[in-house]
Amino acid sequence: MKGAGAALILPRLTLALLVLPVAAGLAGTLLPAVSGFQALIGWPGLPRAAALSVISGAASTLIALGLTGLIVAMLHDRPGFALLRRLLSPLLAVPHAAAALGLAFLIAPSGWIVRALSPWATGWQVPPDLLLINDPGGIALTLGLVAKEVPFLLLMALAALPACDAPRRLAVTAALGYGRLAGFALAVWPALYARLRLPVMAVLAYGMTTVEMAAILGPTLPPTLSVQVAEWMMAPTLDRMETGAAGAALQLALVLAVMGLWHLAGRLGAVALRRGAEAGRRVRMADGPARALAALAGYGLPAVLGLALAGLALWSVAGRWDYPAALPEALTLKHWARAAPALGSTLATTLAIAATATATALVLVIGCLEAERRAGLAPGRAAEAALYLPLMVPQIAFLPGLQMAALALGLDGHWPAVAAAHLIFVLPYAFLSLAPAFRGWDARHGLAAATLGAGPARIFWRIRLPMLLAPVATAAALGLAVSVGQYLPTLLIGAGRVGTLTTEAVALASGGNRRLIGAWGLAQLVVPAAGFALALALPRLVFRHRRAMLAGGAA
Amino acid sequence: MITRRSFAATGLAALALPALPRPVRAADWQAVLDAAKGQTVWWHAWGGDPKINDFIAWVGAEAQVRHGVTLEHVKLASTADAVARVLAERDAGQTTGGAVDLIWINGENFAAMKEKGLLFGPFAERLPNWPLVDVAGKPAVVTDFTLPTGGFESPWAMARLVFEYDSARLPAPPATIAALADWARANPGRFTYPQPPDYLGLTFLKQVLYAVMADPAVMQAPAGDDYAAQVAPLWDYLDALHPVLWREGRAFPQNEPALGQLLADAEVDIAFAFNPGRASAEIAAGNLADSVRSFVPEGGTIGNASFLAIPFNAAHQAGAQVIANLILDPAVQARAQDPAILGFQTVLDLAALAPEDRARFDTLELGVATLSPEALGPALLEPHASWVTRIGEDWQARYGVAP
Repeated sequence: MKGAGAALILPRLTLALLVLPVAAGLAGTLLPAVSGFQALIGWPGLPRAAALSVISGAASTLIALGLTGLIVAMLHDRPGFALLRRLLSPLLAVPHAAAALGLAFLIAPSGWIVRALSPWATGWQVPPDLLLINDPGGIALTLGLVAKEVPFLLLMALAALPACDAPRRLAVTAALGYGRLAGFALAVWPALYARLRLPVMAVLAYGMTTVEMAAILGPTLPPTLSVQVAEWMMAPTLDRMETGAAGAALQLALVLAVMGLWHLAGRLGAVALRRGAEAGRRVRMADGPARALAALAGYGLPAVLGLALAGLALWSVAGRWDYPAALPEALTLKHWARAAPALGSTLATTLAIAATATATALVLVIGCLEAERRAGLAPGRAAEAALYLPLMVPQIAFLPGLQMAALALGLDGHWPAVAAAHLIFVLPYAFLSLAPAFRGWDARHGLAAATLGAGPARIFWRIRLPMLLAPVATAAALGLAVSVGQYLPTLLIGAGRVGTLTTEAVALASGGNRRLIGAWGLAQLVVPAAGFALALALPRLVFRHRRAMLAGGAA
Repeated sequence: MITRRSFAATGLAALALPALPRPVRAADWQAVLDAAKGQTVWWHAWGGDPKINDFIAWVGAEAQVRHGVTLEHVKLASTADAVARVLAERDAGQTTGGAVDLIWINGENFAAMKEKGLLFGPFAERLPNWPLVDVAGKPAVVTDFTLPTGGFESPWAMARLVFEYDSARLPAPPATIAALADWARANPGRFTYPQPPDYLGLTFLKQVLYAVMADPAVMQAPAGDDYAAQVAPLWDYLDALHPVLWREGRAFPQNEPALGQLLADAEVDIAFAFNPGRASAEIAAGNLADSVRSFVPEGGTIGNASFLAIPFNAAHQAGAQVIANLILDPAVQARAQDPAILGFQTVLDLAALAPEDRARFDTLELGVATLSPEALGPALLEPHASWVTRIGEDWQARYGVAP
């Protein structure tokens, strides 16, 4: 943190770290796409698969965003919300594949809910033949995505909320006679949504391109475009890679198109909101149902995810567990004992990679944000777009190309290389979660310190950073969770030699053994959950004598 | 996921064995052993089955004790990941020091690697344990995907398609493929098969072809102009079967473990696997009801072999050969065949073994749900690859997009 000129190096370096690998990877992966389009168009499942990707991605994002807004609007200042807030981080730490498998076991016709009710209530001696998961319309997939994304959006919304001046604005609208929902929508939501735009885009891109969740919950006749692209890329005969590359290019185009439409719809929504404000209707009637729905979503979704994880946990210690028994016949630790040796060795690697990637990302992001403030830069739109490039471009569309580049440079097959690859994905999330807090920091603190003679470095180290300890800790935990969850980058850049909790878990998931999946899924969950717990505890420990420092910031 | 394919044309297999395997010279093999000592071999193998993972770990411990070779199991979700890795290395110009030393490989992957020149060898027939392999009795050990292996891969396990059913819910399973369809119509929603292009799903289609084609022998030659007429009975069979499948054929399990899970969850009454010992091993592991039994339809089922191959640029080719040889050791083969461990059938010729080695196999229990070799019936030859390719494509066109 020297002068402003030197500080500009960091933003440029960070941008390069985000853009170059994605660009190089894209070029390497998509060059063959040109010759693959014919085969792609010839695939009879294409229209349906593309529609499925678009609809499940967009619908899940819309529902998740709506529920998030509703929960924040109706519940954020209520007693009991602190509990929900505390539940969010561990829920966020649940790996997508584990969440999907747990949900599948919960809602399947031979799953936990039916088992609990059969045969005494339902009369079903054998599971009913109902198409609840893998439905051709992708409803199970959409709902699974919603359950997984609401915690993320909620956490982001709560991080941004202090900068939105919600209490005073809500007091004003309430005084004017507006209902809570209407007051929030008119006075707080525009400011909140502006800060949520990037996370929403990340959720949208994820929903449209997810492979793990779609493979478990999604339809198969045909699968979503993302699953099909992954299958082409991995086809044993190696002759479908061009088709896969063309599919990845189409996927990228679809993501961009839907993002464009989303922004357009956002503009229209803003107009509608302004009209609504000018109409001056107080809509107090909506508050009752809205509060009920918010409570249902706010407490129901964590409960469903919690049950799904409990099911996995139970499987990890289950002996025989036949339908329709609600509980296993016997409990055993042998699945854990079987997993223990491999768990131990991969845990160390997983932690080393996650810690390296996260620490590097934090240094870069904080450096960027500090440089932004000192140089008085407004972040350009291009820079903002570059930020979520790695989240927007389907992984399968640029990772194979990136692997080729790493191979050519001899930079693969060991854990620092994997950490570097993870950095590409950790950086945007670290930025997304830190930027609102840093930009929302009241600069008058710095001004006051400067008038007392403190230089920029001293202001940063003694005032700004300590004040923002809580968001930094949350960003670190999020970075950790993102790194632990990475599958394709680990596999491809690690040359298969770098085994992490996730690569082991996904390999086991391909065998469908619920017991071991349960054990590994839980192990995969423990690391990020511990990170989030630390993120909660650290500010409380450091500021145990400075209670005011805890207000608002800690997630 | 025992490998797919291939008892293929026995005639072709015989052609593929031009000169009798040249016995390895002791000095040559000693040089391999010396080079291998201290090496770490990275074995890329599907990691979805804990029983197999444990077996590989055990082989690693043996390799360390016997030969000073360290074995690292790279657990793959799909074998194609390893193939893609080697291809990426070659495209990047890395012709030595590659990351993959040994691959558990099967038909299509082997065919792809061999065609692209990505394999080291021939090495298999020069392994010291090669003379023990039952080439005459199990021709599939030298023919993969109707493709002569040419010594570019070494067999390590035999597989057969067997059907599994829960005798508590279904006392008498159907005896033929035609009877299976009748049974499914009488019991809608209680049968399904993995969705092609999954290999087990394609194997089921091949099994049906054997039952419904006028002359299944034509499948030993490449599919020709009469293909459409020849396979028409398959589509008639499936058109009638799909409406009474699990989920009315609107969703399918994606692979063998998923199908096995459906049987365990009582969602279906009949399943199948490419391992005659699977049901017994799963019962022993507490994953399946102990009332599960296996059966084969009249006329026999499709069978094939699993192999090990070494990439052309593998960093530790000596160590990889030592592992390939070790896994042909009678003690290791007997362990793999033990239903409490894996239940994979051996590739060795028991008559060629020393009496104490043969005794290792004779003392093995079959397992409660495993059929005896006589009850398994004849092994059906894998069709020529062109049939599988076209059937897979046609299946996609007919059923790949739900109505």
